[in-house]
Amino acid sequence: MSKDHPHADTSARYPDYDVLAKWNTPSWNDPTRAAVGQRLQVRDEPRFLSAERFRILKAVCDRIVPQPTDRMNKIAVAGLVDRMLEQTESVGYRRAEMPPLREAWQRGLDALNDEAKVRFGAEFTDLPAGRQDTVLELLQQGDVRSSAWGDLPAQGFFKHRVLHDITVSYYAHPTAWNEIGFGGPASPRGYVRIEANRRDPWEAEEKQGAVHHGD
Amino acid sequence: MATDDGMTAPRAVSGQAPDVFRRGAWVPMRQYPDSEEVDFVIVGTGAGGGTLACKLAEHGFSVVAMDAGPYWRPLEDFASDEAEQQKLYWRDERIVDGDNPIDMGGNNSGKSVGGSTVHFAMVSLRFRPEWFKARTKLGYAVDWPIDWREMWHYYTEVEQALAISGPVSYPWGPHRPRYPRRPHPMSAAGEFLASSAEKMGIGWSSTPIATLSAPRGLAPPCVYRGFCVIGCSTNAKQSVLNTWLPRALDANAEIRDLAMVSRIEMGSRGLATGVHYYRDGRWRFQKAKNVVVAGYAVETPRLLLNSACAQFPDGLANSSGLVGKNLMPQSNHGVYGLVDQEIRWYKAPPSLSITEHWNYTDTGKDFFGGYAYMSQGPLPTAWAGSLTSSRGLWGEKLVREMEKYNHQVGLKIVGEVLPQEKNQVTLTDEKDAYGIPIPRITFSYGENDKRLYEHAVRFMSQQMEVGGARDLFVESDTAHLGGTAKMGDDPRTSVVNADCRSWDIPNLWVCDGSVFPTVGGVNPSLTIQAIACRTGDRIAEMARRGELTRRTTPA
Ligand SMILES: Cc1cc2nc3c(=O)[nH]c(=O)nc-3n(C[C@H](O)[C@H](O)[C@H](O)COP(=O)(O)OP(=O)(O)OC[C@H]3O[C@@H](n4cnc5c(N)ncnc54)[C@H](O)[C@@H]3O)c2cc1C
Ligand code: SF4
Repeated sequence: MSKDHPHADTSARYPDYDVLAKWNTPSWNDPTRAAVGQRLQVRDEPRFLSAERFRILKAVCDRIVPQPTDRMNKIAVAGLVDRMLEQTESVGYRRAEMPPLREAWQRGLDALNDEAKVRFGAEFTDLPAGRQDTVLELLQQGDVRSSAWGDLPAQGFFKHRVLHDITVSYYAHPTAWNEIGFGGPASPRGYVRIEANRRDPWEAEEKQGAVHHGD
Repeated sequence: MATDDGMTAPRAVSGQAPDVFRRGAWVPMRQYPDSEEVDFVIVGTGAGGGTLACKLAEHGFSVVAMDAGPYWRPLEDFASDEAEQQKLYWRDERIVDGDNPIDMGGNNSGKSVGGSTVHFAMVSLRFRPEWFKARTKLGYAVDWPIDWREMWHYYTEVEQALAISGPVSYPWGPHRPRYPRRPHPMSAAGEFLASSAEKMGIGWSSTPIATLSAPRGLAPPCVYRGFCVIGCSTNAKQSVLNTWLPRALDANAEIRDLAMVSRIEMGSRGLATGVHYYRDGRWRFQKAKNVVVAGYAVETPRLLLNSACAQFPDGLANSSGLVGKNLMPQSNHGVYGLVDQEIRWYKAPPSLSITEHWNYTDTGKDFFGGYAYMSQGPLPTAWAGSLTSSRGLWGEKLVREMEKYNHQVGLKIVGEVLPQEKNQVTLTDEKDAYGIPIPRITFSYGENDKRLYEHAVRFMSQQMEVGGARDLFVESDTAHLGGTAKMGDDPRTSVVNADCRSWDIPNLWVCDGSVFPTVGGVNPSLTIQAIACRTGDRIAEMARRGELTRRTTPA
């Protein structure tokens, strides 16, 4: 195998750490390279959702997991959510009041957009960020007015689908692992130093003074 | 070449099964035709079914064990990746309701040869002896029909079979033999529980755990990679897949992967005659002298209910009306907080330290039952799930909190939930891809359950604070299901007897977490495996006495 490996943006807190630098080390095995390699290829383009719904989803993702403006390669969060929907019919359960996974997303995105129109007279994607946040907060509180919701619970859609599926997609990406200093894949090589304040040379070094606890 | 990913086509065919210890390798496997009336067909190869398959085969019975899930070779199939490893979980649709709907999927059940033990956290605990007589000795719920001393014997058998690593002497309960392997070194996450427990003046212990602290055969010791709950890619974890099942194959059991059982067939004499199952693109029927259901606390009642027929219109083994009832999760509330030190809780098995203080202390409690709690180490997407579901965080706030990942610590309970008939598994009108009705899982905490987890949250919050953690928050969660085909010594109030044999149909058995009359305050898998070992021995004994096909009557 070539010594080349993919790269991901580093973060302010762990400036010297790119988890992908371990691609060709004993920390990564073939199944992991295959799974993460596929993820790195995903672009922000729909395969499952309609183009219209995908645009709304993309705008929602930008508010749920905002990415630094100076990040060179942004995580294609909406693309990852869309790919999950393409490949998955169920996460193994749903609340009795919620429709199945795919239907929940389709109806929910339509209703969210209509809520934006009812509240602010514009498409969700055309609203400024602050207004978009307001719409999302209203969903989170279950305070919705659009009739497009029908029997779909807005709060349930926000908590179980929007928050869950978007954040899970984001934190499955190596750039997000760099952001939080996660060791990332570790097989066959695991770790030797497992006590507090100790780390192996192949773990992320935290920048001194980067920690502002309790803020 | 067709892809051999384990999920597309069955692997255990043509007289061989995957060798779980070697890439691309095979081990020989005895096979039985569908038309041969085997001694036992077992539905599910997890903690209950896989263990029992081994025991029965070693006792000389002919055994076919089926599982809806794939037959993995961990070394080549398991990625270090949360998203990819979702493939280990039971992701077929289920509907959850009640006041406290239970999160299923990865949180609760596996779909693999080896069952949920392929992704379990390996914590391997014995029940407190008094729990087997909870009603008589402690004044709540019901008694088990099994004596704790007998269980103590079978616990030892399982601990040896799994080469459990544990402390030289365990601080709680009656004497138990030394654990087969020495304890693991303590991780930072585990050390936090230990040092803060000491400040609280309560005991703690290194957790008895089913991952190797020294090599064993072809399995290497644990390398502290910390991905245990999404599958161990090194085989250090001692799951059913790499312990009981290789033994079962050696003893001539057949294991059928990607084999989904839809219905148990009943014959004219009131006996089960075999199972209908779907494998490799078609429906088939396996004849058997005995049928064992071991599909876990949701799929077991689902199968029994879906097998209703003219003779048993309310489902099989259900004259008590209790199939599917008394569903008990365990409460799994947690307290998380922030510390100055770098903890990096992604390393090592998450629960390396434990306290069973509130399992063995009966004073100062305003509730029945008990709880244990353990150190934690969620992987990134699981941790994001905690922050979003417990605190509703998103946007900049979420991103900032996630950045503190390496400084978090947490304690989480395994808490006893008491049986209530209204908590149950039923069938809906909606069908799955096989045409089988989708189950509905209804759950609401009772008053005692709430007092228990509130006590736990108060106590753990105090401990977190004295341990130096701040910015605490509480997570409510559930884990581990049991109770939906309970054992007992009265056919009117239980589904199976102490031998896991159904009262109504003498050649129908249930052997998994569903048989628990109460769940106690410890993780269940060691107890499920101990019960399976006992059942295997009891069946051999009954066969010797010619009692296998005779109807059982209560003593
Ligand atoms: C994330 C997680 C961590 C855990 N950690 C621990 C721990 O640290 N310690 C502990 O003691 N316990 C733990 N548990 C719980 C433990 O894994 C389970 O309680 C135990 O495995 C249950 O055993 P079982 O035999 O009842 O079912 P399972 O082990 O789940 O096996 C059931 C099997 O039956 C198969 N099946 C079901 N229906 C059918 C059908 N109709 N046809 C064919 N096959 C079918 C399924 O595919 C599955 O493989 C954990 C569970 C989870 C989810
Ligand atoms: S920490 Fe140990 S048991 Fe867990 S996945 Fe790694 S090697 Fe396996």
